[in-house]
Amino acid sequence: MSEVLSDVTRAEYCVITCAEAWRDNGEVLASPMGTVPSIGARLARLTFAPDLLLTDGEAMLVGPDGTVEGWLPYRQHLTMVTGGRRHVMMGASQIDRFGNQNISCIGDWERPARQLLGVRGAPVNTLNNPVSYWVPRHSTRVFVEKVDMICGVGYDSAAAAGPTTTRFHRIPRVVSSLGVFDFATPDRSMRLASLHPGVTVEEVREATGFELTVPEKVPYTREPTGEELELIREVLDPQGLRNREVKG
Amino acid sequence: MSDKTMSADEVVGRLESGMTIGIGGWGSRRKPMALVRALLRSGITDLTVVSYGGPDVGMLAAAGRIRKLVAAFATLDSIPLEPHYRSARESGALELMEIDEAMFMWGLHAAANRLPFIPVRAGVGSDVMRVNPGLRTVTSPYEDASTGLQETFVAMPALRMDAALVHVNRADRLGNGQYLGPDPYFDDLFCEAADTAYVSCERIVDTAELTKEAAPQTLLIKRHSVTGVVETPNGAHFTSCAPDYDRDEGFQRLYATTPWPEFTERFLHGGEKDYQSAVQAWHALEEERR
Repeated sequence: MSEVLSDVTRAEYCVITCAEAWRDNGEVLASPMGTVPSIGARLARLTFAPDLLLTDGEAMLVGPDGTVEGWLPYRQHLTMVTGGRRHVMMGASQIDRFGNQNISCIGDWERPARQLLGVRGAPVNTLNNPVSYWVPRHSTRVFVEKVDMICGVGYDSAAAAGPTTTRFHRIPRVVSSLGVFDFATPDRSMRLASLHPGVTVEEVREATGFELTVPEKVPYTREPTGEELELIREVLDPQGLRNREVKG
Repeated sequence: MSDKTMSADEVVGRLESGMTIGIGGWGSRRKPMALVRALLRSGITDLTVVSYGGPDVGMLAAAGRIRKLVAAFATLDSIPLEPHYRSARESGALELMEIDEAMFMWGLHAAANRLPFIPVRAGVGSDVMRVNPGLRTVTSPYEDASTGLQETFVAMPALRMDAALVHVNRADRLGNGQYLGPDPYFDDLFCEAADTAYVSCERIVDTAELTKEAAPQTLLIKRHSVTGVVETPNGAHFTSCAPDYDRDEGFQRLYATTPWPEFTERFLHGGEKDYQSAVQAWHALEEERR
């Protein structure tokens, strides 16, 4: 390993694994929520996924340098969701073993202990286009046995609701500060897919509030290439905002 | 043709307690805040509010005017959680119909098209169904060409409203409304989905002026769906109204961190002019402090 690669930060591994979510997606809209996924989406666009579409966060489709190439107001954005030509990476205040996600509220819905964002577009997203998740602080508060309000639909809820619901439902991955997770198990429960270098399986288990499937051999998250690191550090995030979202 | 111009107070004079009112814009973007402030000055209450929620929802909730809210969220964008909406929810102060952003849009479409519902692939499998026991599903009468299945969808009910309040950049006296920013949001749909619609604007101009420099596609709202037009310069403040002005982030922070009674005392004690002067005075004071 070269000297440059030895000082890769945790946030940079997270950027790489977020970017990987959009590999081989083709000509679809990459919709990242959060700092690290945003850097990841632009990194993917600049390197191995050049056909991706990106937005400026409002109503414009833009190239990685900000050049406007299209117009995407909310009403058309929602059609892109239901048309399926989009892969979103959303946040999660809570996520459970089957990928049910909550961003609405904590506690009893009737009178919540903490009102959060609301369901927003999580229900329509999970039933129509691939939805990955990003959790910048992996803890038992986020990775819970049961979410308080199902906003994003998980595999068990989708299966229970029937074929209309499962038809386009897919959660490709969950990226957290500790590793990458997927649902490649017989019962579609969450599995540890890779550990970020420096993290142990024990650490992940302790920070997860449900029983996680851990394969016998867990790979480490891949190293960024020299070109990727240069793009992240000098082009996409010279101010180092990524290291504020994820420490270490 | 009729001149539909009126004042914000005249708009509010046509509204009543107990009504269902739709509010245009999105989050903290192009909200008809001058009309909301006029509503706050009135005694109108017990409202059902339909909104892609921002400070419109926050202020009306803080003032105790909302009986029921229909929304997918309430946010200030740069401040993710609307503080007054949050308090209202955490104290159980309002009834909520919490639905998905797309379900909300199809509810507006249904109302605008005089349909009782529109089928949507959203909601099923989520707790939107649990917290809205009144939501029904509908099975397609057609077999899907590729799967052979007759799929089951949520029958999103029409979100029909008594009145809609929206804010745009320009309008003429007849009610033709023009947006010049990046996103129309759903303001045209709000107007079409309501029995009456009131359009506030930064500036009223002659009809011919509307397309002098702007493309015809900017003419979002058609006069047949509009009841009244109000000229309210800076009327979306403190939300954004691009390209006329951006969000007033400093003032929004003040709003979000000031207890509601203190905020109303300082900024909402008088009319719209008093509000705008009080905001200017606050900015002048902030400048001095720097």
